Amino acid sequence: MAKKTLNIVESAYRAVMEEQDDTILWLLAAMQGAGAEHTVVLRGNAVNYAVAGQGVPGLTVGEWKQTQAPQMGRDVLDLIEKRKIPVYVVAEDLADRGIERSELVPGVQLLSRTALPGLFAEYTLVAHW
Amino acid sequence: MSKTTLTIALMDPPYESENLTTAFRILDVAARRGYAINVFAYEGAAGLAFVRQTPHPNPVHGKTVAEENHPTTKDQVAALLAAAEQHGGKVDWVNCGMCVDERGVTEFVPGTRRGGPADFHAFVEASDNVLVIPTK
Repeated sequence: MAKKTLNIVESAYRAVMEEQDDTILWLLAAMQGAGAEHTVVLRGNAVNYAVAGQGVPGLTVGEWKQTQAPQMGRDVLDLIEKRKIPVYVVAEDLADRGIERSELVPGVQLLSRTALPGLFAEYTLVAHW
Repeated sequence: MSKTTLTIALMDPPYESENLTTAFRILDVAARRGYAINVFAYEGAAGLAFVRQTPHPNPVHGKTVAEENHPTTKDQVAALLAAAEQHGGKVDWVNCGMCVDERGVTEFVPGTRRGGPADFHAFVEASDNVLVIPTK
């Protein structure tokens, strides 16, 4: 059985335009496909990843156009539904940013900061990205 | 009226931050306005024009190379040079020589060149404005 790993993702929107996704969420999805057992907690600015329907115009430089700009809400939904990776969002970080629960993609679970230590105890490894 | 000259210094390497997307959005507008553009690609940014960058598929997204259409900064650099020429401007893109040597990224997009701090100094002296986008 794979080691259960809790991944706290805090760094947000770092190179997502050039990579067309978030490098950590991508890595976890790929590892899950290889048999890993991951859980994700979005905290800080990364809570915005769970907002549904977000998008960005692709970069244009002269005649060159980006056609596959990142869709972070879609990628979070993909983690939950396709990869079966539980995704938590820190409720206080959402509130700090004025984001309502109703704005999030389905399947995201809210978690209080005070509940985090209890969650840590359930995992073999905890990674803070 | 004389042509507006803009210098931008970049430090971030490809695929590590959003700074370069911001820079390329500014550079695109400057090229469309026919500005004389100078770019000093320093440290990690010396890899922006490296010609052997290769697009890849995205197995997590389930997309082939063609479907993913992964951006490469070398294509963005080449497109910038072409856009500037099309609109009557020009780009003098300098790749820091020591920076490319230590990274082994010595093959550049045609139309860019090897240079050093003296080029950046000359750019600053000749420019109407200078924008430095450092690594944080």
